[in-house]
Amino acid sequence: MIRLHNVYKSFGTQKVLDGLSLKIPAGKITAIIGPSGEGKSVLLKHLIGLLQPDSGQIEVDGENILALRRSQLNRIREKFGMLFQNVALFDSMTVFENVAFPLQEKTAFPMDEIRRRVLSALEDVGLKNIEHRFPDELSGGMKKRVGLARAVVLNPRIILFDEPTTGLDPIIKRAIHQLIKDTHAKFGFTAVIVSHEIPEIFDVAQNVAMLFRGEILQHGTPEEIMHSDHPAVRQFISGSLDGPIQMM
Amino acid sequence: MSAVIQSIGHYALAFVCELGRMGNFLLYSGYMIVRQPGSPLHILKQIRFIGTKSLFVIVLTAGFTGMVLGLQGYYTLAKFGSEGMLGTAVALSLIRELGPVLAALMVTGRAGSAITAEIGIMRISEQIDALETMALDPFKYLVTPKLIAALISLPLLCAIFDVVGIYGGWLVGVKLLGVNPGAYFYEMEKSVVWRDVYSGFVKSFSFGLIIAWIGCYKGYYAGHGAEGVSKATTESVVLTSVLILVWDYFLTSVLL
Repeated sequence: MIRLHNVYKSFGTQKVLDGLSLKIPAGKITAIIGPSGEGKSVLLKHLIGLLQPDSGQIEVDGENILALRRSQLNRIREKFGMLFQNVALFDSMTVFENVAFPLQEKTAFPMDEIRRRVLSALEDVGLKNIEHRFPDELSGGMKKRVGLARAVVLNPRIILFDEPTTGLDPIIKRAIHQLIKDTHAKFGFTAVIVSHEIPEIFDVAQNVAMLFRGEILQHGTPEEIMHSDHPAVRQFISGSLDGPIQMM
Repeated sequence: MSAVIQSIGHYALAFVCELGRMGNFLLYSGYMIVRQPGSPLHILKQIRFIGTKSLFVIVLTAGFTGMVLGLQGYYTLAKFGSEGMLGTAVALSLIRELGPVLAALMVTGRAGSAITAEIGIMRISEQIDALETMALDPFKYLVTPKLIAALISLPLLCAIFDVVGIYGGWLVGVKLLGVNPGAYFYEMEKSVVWRDVYSGFVKSFSFGLIIAWIGCYKGYYAGHGAEGVSKATTESVVLTSVLILVWDYFLTSVLL
């Protein structure tokens, strides 16, 4: 379980998180939705300690990660995998080396075992015979899938997905969503997905939280969010131009 | 008036903060060199990049620097009838001063800028964040191998610079201008002492530290986008070059 309590974060004069509180249940897929530029990716980076809040509390499995030293924080980070918005594959490494990297650095597996696991992780995300290629030789969808393979290869207990389908065509979007559902069903990890994909994300997530003006406006099951009476939630889901959410 | 004072105060604070951050970066790098220096393969790769791949530019610069020293030195010494001291003049200029400084400036232009650009691109494309999310310390992969490689490579490059420069001076002085070859090397051997070589070694070692430190630091804290990386790279080269020259003055005054 991940718990955020009264989290505040500003960049200069711009307030991004404004007393945000949220509980992310273990073993479920939780989607964070909300308008662009509202701090969803900032929220995700707080969960893994890449950003520090100005004040507030963030607990992972009951431990306040803000009170931890670097080495203790790394122990918590070992529970996580993350798929970045821009995938963040190491561009000087091949696909194989990218997926093998966490295994080489964090385990004592022999090379044969690492090879077996890497190829199996790539196969799980529907990729074959591309291990020798470099990231800049791959399409956007392939990069996302390699990123996903790298995120799951150590079987982490929590996986963070930062806009996993942004910029992809509808078929690949659906394939990635299905992949997340399938890998979740197989490994049972806790997933947090930042997404703009409405309504597709309601099919994937078991919990949905809407972030607006630095706070969680509403948190519930996809059905509860879809049938919400809150004007901002309704506007966001319908994509209407009229309502409390103003275009910048 | 108060706006001016406020602005000066703002810049002064920002400058002090930057200095503090740079100091912390260096201290943490030193700590990581002791704790997790990185794999020998990473270090060798960096020695190849910083050292071996700089050889051509170092040999070329050293050759022409020595030749110019031979030419200038000959005409100056000839006025006093001391052409025989040419070897000493060339060797001492190179070993004590020009070798370490010019080698460091060449490596700054070739490798220092590349170090900043490489780490800067990794920063803006979230590759450094990716390392952190894997519970891995980015310093182990990006900073310490480069620091160790620069500390090893710079003294060696400086030694090569000195030797090639001395032969550049010999080519012009002895082969073109007719200085006695025995005098060229005999006077040099008589005048150059261990302390001269030692001071050149200390300088090049510390310049290696400056190049890798500033190069890595500027890349690690590069701003946003391509413009951020470009700005960081420029700042890295300028700051490293200035620091080398300033630090050279202080070291010379101590080691003289």
